[in-house]
Amino acid sequence: MAQHSRKGAQFQAVTANRLLDGIVVYLTKNDDWSESLQDAEVAEGKEAADALLARGALFFEPKNLVIDVYLFEVEQTDAGIRASSVREIIRQAGPTVRKDLGKQAELDGVHA
Amino acid sequence: MYRYDEFDQQLVNERVAQFRDQVTRRLAGELSEDEFKMSRLMNGVYLQLHSYMLRIAIPYGTLSSRQVHKLADITRKYDKGYGHFTTRQNLQLNWPALKDIPDLLAELASVEMHCIQTSGNCIRNTTSDHHAGAAPDELEDPRVICEVIRQWSTFHPEFSFLPRKFKIAVSATEHDRAAIRVHDIGIQIVKNAAGEIGYEVWAGGGLGRTPIIGKKVGDFVPREDLLAFLESVLRVYNMFGRRDNLYKSRIKILVHEVGADEIRRQVAAEFKEVKARGTLQLPEEEVARIRKYFAPPEFETLSDDVPEINAAAAKDKGFADWLKSNISAHKQPGYTIVNISLKPVGLTPGDCSADQMDVVADIAEKYAFSEIRVAHEQNLCLAHVRRKDLYEVYTALKAADLGTPNIGLITDQIACPGLDYCNLANARSIAIAQRLSERFQDIEFQQKIGRLHLNTSGCINACGHHHVGHIGILGVDKKGVEYYQVTLGGAADETAAIGDIVGPAFTEGEIVDAIDTIVKIYLDLRQGDEIFIDTYRRVGVQPFKDKLYAAH
Repeated sequence: MAQHSRKGAQFQAVTANRLLDGIVVYLTKNDDWSESLQDAEVAEGKEAADALLARGALFFEPKNLVIDVYLFEVEQTDAGIRASSVREIIRQAGPTVRKDLGKQAELDGVHA
Repeated sequence: MYRYDEFDQQLVNERVAQFRDQVTRRLAGELSEDEFKMSRLMNGVYLQLHSYMLRIAIPYGTLSSRQVHKLADITRKYDKGYGHFTTRQNLQLNWPALKDIPDLLAELASVEMHCIQTSGNCIRNTTSDHHAGAAPDELEDPRVICEVIRQWSTFHPEFSFLPRKFKIAVSATEHDRAAIRVHDIGIQIVKNAAGEIGYEVWAGGGLGRTPIIGKKVGDFVPREDLLAFLESVLRVYNMFGRRDNLYKSRIKILVHEVGADEIRRQVAAEFKEVKARGTLQLPEEEVARIRKYFAPPEFETLSDDVPEINAAAAKDKGFADWLKSNISAHKQPGYTIVNISLKPVGLTPGDCSADQMDVVADIAEKYAFSEIRVAHEQNLCLAHVRRKDLYEVYTALKAADLGTPNIGLITDQIACPGLDYCNLANARSIAIAQRLSERFQDIEFQQKIGRLHLNTSGCINACGHHHVGHIGILGVDKKGVEYYQVTLGGAADETAAIGDIVGPAFTEGEIVDAIDTIVKIYLDLRQGDEIFIDTYRRVGVQPFKDKLYAAH
């Protein structure tokens, strides 16, 4: 499983790509997968994060809805949940180029 | 152009049907991701950051207008209306849904195209000179032998599970536009004293984590023996290439570790056996059959002297600038090669919209025998255009934002998809290339700088060919933050060299200024008409190091 978090990360969420079309999704409190990071369940501490990842992994196998399920570090800000790494910010908000289309055109203020 | 025979078409159609079945079973949960992954990769389907990515093979970078129109349709129907031309002369789609890919492949098959062997540890698309068939000093059209290699290597059962991927490039001119010395195998077409055509074979070149210039392993392989010789090199690699360490699995590591002399000896021994079996001798009639597909178009008898072009250039500065950089000499009087830049200021190197694809296909149909080439520098090319049509061609290209007059100049950058799209990347490369093109957008300043290859990769895998850029930029990740390391003095042509690391990496905020400083240092130091690489080879890295880090 991909490692995209930091050992001492305080807050983490679970992400994956949808099997059918590859689109980035996040695991929610209700065990749904949302295209919005703001719907993601955020786990605090290692134990909660491991439990969240285990829940997410079930949707890879046996539920067969997503692939490449992993934890990544987030921050809780006044503006909502924010991914900590450039990589995850780009996954959340689309490429930093071609800002005329896709998520990057729709999500204001994520890319600096 | 080569046209599929019944076997080619049947192979491709069968593969589409197989993959359709595999996708259906995967989506139904009958195949696990582990079971499916190999099949998807063998059909060019990757999983990237935002979506799946589909890599479409363009054999030796040659396309017909009909194929380009189909690619435009496909990007509109199954993607977001644009595609990305790569350094393997292929086309990548960034947003296809897995469920749609079988239909997409069926549409590709209808124009004799596919995605086979665009991934996986097999022999990938053989690349060549985008000026093939048009360059004045060419010994023969390199695509003939590329097509022979394509047929030999497609579904070759012995080479479907090599230690790692394997890339071949062919050049037929002394000036190497195909970067053959940084390929697993590079083939230089040569002529001996008796006037016979043969092949100089280089092996063990490559970029990536361990950049190495290839070593010559065959001085003059006769035409009939070329496949036997290639088979022998591949066999040696397949037997002794390392499978225990992904980072040491390319043939370059094998050649480097055992030495060129030992590789030559092993290849010679293998070659003796392969040749004795006699099954891989290339029949002259088969070569002749394939050569017919690449026969020159019916050129008119024309003069190079076209006064109206000079008159148009005198009135239209954009056209004059374009003539300076985007036109190359043609072997046929009255004709020229038109290089179409996919590097407009501030946009993504190599990207082409569906509408632009249609425009290029239409222009090719009207002015260039319906043939389009992809250059490994991520540009397009019309190989045979009448000089007297140049202004009309330019005007039509410009109207579609395809008239950027920067071929070979600093803003004609190679850049990999980087962290904006790629799952392997550590840092963005497109965004950096865009900012650099904005910084150096003044065309007169670009012309003053002269030929300069500026290449950017978003990770050590070096898809952006940074090691062989005159100036190379490598994106690295330091605790989730992007940094950029600079190399100087690389070259991809017949003087191939791996760039020297100039010093500590720069931040994202510093990198554009750092490149600006390097260019200024070069302009201060250059003598006469020297281009960047000449100055660098004369003065070395030290003056750049001293001033660059003093300034930062």
